[in-house]
Amino acid sequence: MAEVKTVKVTIDNITVEVPQGTSILQAARMIGGDVVPPAMCYYSKLEGSGGKCRTCLVEVSKGSEADPRPMPKLVASCRTGVMDGMEVRNITSDRVKDARNGVVEFLLLNHPLDCPICDQAGECHLQDLGYEHGKEATRYEFKRRTFEKHDLGPYIQLHMTRCILCYRCVYTADQLTEKRVHGVLSRGDYAEIATYIEKSLDNNFIGNVIDVCPVGALTDKTFRFKNRVWFTKPVTAHRDCSSCCGKVTLWQRGEEVLRVTARKDQWGEVEEWICNVCRFDKKKTSDWTIEGPSHVSRHSVISQGHYEHLVQPKETFTAVHDGRHPQLLMDIHSVSEVNDKTAKTKS
Amino acid sequence: MERLTNRVKVMEQKPMSFMESLYLPAIFKGMAITFKHMFRKKATINYPEEKRPFSPIFRGLHVLNRDEEGRENCTACGLCAVACPAEAITMEAAERTPNEEHLYREEKYAAKYEINMLRCIFCGLCEEACPKDAIYLSETFAPSSFTRKSFIYSKDELLIPHPVNEPEKFEAAKGAREARQKN
Repeated sequence: MAEVKTVKVTIDNITVEVPQGTSILQAARMIGGDVVPPAMCYYSKLEGSGGKCRTCLVEVSKGSEADPRPMPKLVASCRTGVMDGMEVRNITSDRVKDARNGVVEFLLLNHPLDCPICDQAGECHLQDLGYEHGKEATRYEFKRRTFEKHDLGPYIQLHMTRCILCYRCVYTADQLTEKRVHGVLSRGDYAEIATYIEKSLDNNFIGNVIDVCPVGALTDKTFRFKNRVWFTKPVTAHRDCSSCCGKVTLWQRGEEVLRVTARKDQWGEVEEWICNVCRFDKKKTSDWTIEGPSHVSRHSVISQGHYEHLVQPKETFTAVHDGRHPQLLMDIHSVSEVNDKTAKTKS
Repeated sequence: MERLTNRVKVMEQKPMSFMESLYLPAIFKGMAITFKHMFRKKATINYPEEKRPFSPIFRGLHVLNRDEEGRENCTACGLCAVACPAEAITMEAAERTPNEEHLYREEKYAAKYEINMLRCIFCGLCEEACPKDAIYLSETFAPSSFTRKSFIYSKDELLIPHPVNEPEKFEAAKGAREARQKN
């Protein structure tokens, strides 16, 4: 076996040794932490993705050991390979920060401000990016672009106005399914994601476009307006599936499974693709073997009310009171119409 | 015994003098004070008929707002519920159908919306969290009741009267705060 040549690259004064051919973004992800540039279009599991959104721009202050000249412009770190002795500046460079703020402003130009309605809110990468780099108000005075509604079948909801044209879903449809019926039509301002001539997407893995979408352009129709993401509990679960790995995250509310998604890693990328049967049809807790609460970053809104290592305190009341339960003054489920009446109350 | 402080007053236990044993001078002195207070400004008001103005930052019962056309502002985004420290707010969303556009302002609306007034601490965080100006705390107290169940307020109780169909009720529900803020 041939030794893979490794090169040394310094990102924000942290040196890391990576195999040759690695992109700057991947090298930064090997370091981890704050030096990782955000990525809206790049997806490590999709071949050829990246280079479109420009949020991952970094400054290369030293090209390589052989040619130490800095690169004149900021480069997209997801599409630029590392060189031996390369020095990259990401968060330590004011130029990068400034450029990224500009890119975020551009991405938000046509993005509607409908986060209160959008089902992606809470796990939206553009929301996080806007929170970190965005301005409080828009300077854009013109009408935002609008599109005619396309129906993508009974499972997937397309909101073209929210799309940032990252092409991730196009690559997913291209690489995961045999027949590509999903692409980008038109150019420039008119560019839109569409299934060509409103063809229904019937491939068994097409549901993964929901997971790869960084914004709320492609969302789960079976979860549409069911609940907010942060009120559902992510639970790691699996089942024996003949067509996919069957490893998923269930988003539960009580005993109800509101949504099924693939498991995501720390970069928000899908760990393993799941099939449509797992995603859309298995909406019962009994269909799944539950492993436990999934890990949620403490900084995410989803972590509200989410306890990963919950130890229930021992109930002492009944023990002290000869087995009598405390008197319930009001059962909320007998009054409330919102709360699940079938949910068990602690007695 | 040694005294801890020198503020202790030693009671005199002398027998009463003649004037003191008459009692009348002391009674008249006391009555004079009482009568003097009858001509002073009253500290109380006749509550149900008369009402004190609320403080501009008073936080009372919640109101679900409508816009000037009478469409409901709430989109059931859940930010009030997540901001609520007492977890008093629950809701259920629904999608607006094409013939409901005069009822709800946005694509999604709150089909059910409940506030548990027993849990609510009237902190006003829901009002601050709301991106749609849909919920605010009015200048009313939560009325008292004998049953706990009557404190679960649903949309029927919370929604502000329609500004076009019932303008007087709408103005009354809006309260005097807005007018006062303008002045």
